[in-house]
Amino acid sequence: MFDWRWDFAWEILPRLLMATVNTLIAAGAGYAIALVLGLVFALAQRTPYRPVTFVVRESVEFIRSTPLVLQIFFVFFVAPQFGIRLSPWASGMIAIGLHYAAYLSEVYRGGLESVPKGQWEACTALNLTPMQSYFRIIVPQALPPSIPGMGNYLVGIFKDTPMLSVIGVAELMHTANAIGAQSYRFLEPYTMVGVIFLLISLPTAWLIRIFDAWVRNKMGMN
Amino acid sequence: MSYWSFLVEYGPRFIDGVWITAQQFVLAALLAIAIALCAGLMRLSENAASRGLAIGYIELFRGTSLLVQLYWIFFVLPLFGITLEKFSAGFLAVGMNLGAYGAELVRGGIQSVPKGQWEAAYALSMSPAKRMIRVILPQALLNMLPPWGNLLIELLKSTALVSLIAVADLMFQAKQINGSTFMSAQAFGTALIIYYILARFIVTPFMRRCELVMARKMGRG
Repeated sequence: MFDWRWDFAWEILPRLLMATVNTLIAAGAGYAIALVLGLVFALAQRTPYRPVTFVVRESVEFIRSTPLVLQIFFVFFVAPQFGIRLSPWASGMIAIGLHYAAYLSEVYRGGLESVPKGQWEACTALNLTPMQSYFRIIVPQALPPSIPGMGNYLVGIFKDTPMLSVIGVAELMHTANAIGAQSYRFLEPYTMVGVIFLLISLPTAWLIRIFDAWVRNKMGMN
Repeated sequence: MSYWSFLVEYGPRFIDGVWITAQQFVLAALLAIAIALCAGLMRLSENAASRGLAIGYIELFRGTSLLVQLYWIFFVLPLFGITLEKFSAGFLAVGMNLGAYGAELVRGGIQSVPKGQWEAAYALSMSPAKRMIRVILPQALLNMLPPWGNLLIELLKSTALVSLIAVADLMFQAKQINGSTFMSAQAFGTALIIYYILARFIVTPFMRRCELVMARKMGRG
């Protein structure tokens, strides 16, 4: 192909693969934060305290309506003004975790709302505490319908990690930029980054579909 | 410097940025809608070649990051003799990326039209094109407008990435202002609020309005 140099591609492959590990760590850590925080957001929107519900609802809406890159910059540059020194990694994880927590809270909310009302009434009838109702009865039923949405955002968070390169997190995109700047060759690094993303995100999406079907089967749905 | 005087001094630059962001948004949205319609219809076609082409396009653009695509279009395409200036590269990348997501919405919308409608159009011996345009697409459009509202918000947010190839949009202006004043909270905070206002008070109500008008036209309002 045109100007493609295989020797150069081979030469930079190890560096890109090392960076892929960083990308995966960033996506995994961000997703872990988002999973937990998203549940907090979702449950906070179901409390009977109106002000709490309102504030959380509006914050989720705000986070969902604004660009992730801007949020990454905001966390990275504004935190030091309040005397909190954050490394690029820490601010990146906070920003991406918060952003996806807002998305996941909507997924959880949909899942929780899909649990029939009779289940709540049965919990009350059996005299279960709210904690027991949630974690023994409601959440296990709310999870399976949430799996496709959660899976989508797992792939989504992975594909959004290149934005972390803007504050200097040494993930794939950052490494490709560095290689491009050193060698003035952009064809190989950027193309290889694209291929690496495809090779990871397509099988992941496929695995999620299989997992979803498996869980539905296990739970006796469809 | 108070926030008020900050706004007075840098307000015009934010407005310049909003103007570019609005242009990027509209151009990318038009491109995304056109691509989504083509790829969505091809995805459902009986012709294996056009179906394969659509699947390839959709998976390629959904499987990689927008940022990778943007850099590829801006830095690598010139090596193949296609040089785009940054403004066009920006909205092309955003539109092509979101178009792939939109194609799946088009597919879902068309598949959600009841089978009886296809059969009725067939019974009335409408041509395939007429059946699609007069019967299937309007109903599909009504079904897919709500997810398109979400997609357009995503598109608006995605336009912020074009600042990374130095298109002077809202995000770019915020970065510049932050660089020259070091007032990060004000610069990035203002930009965040503007994006929020654009999404929540312009794009969302506009889409709600479209939904209402469509529903009324279809006699379901």
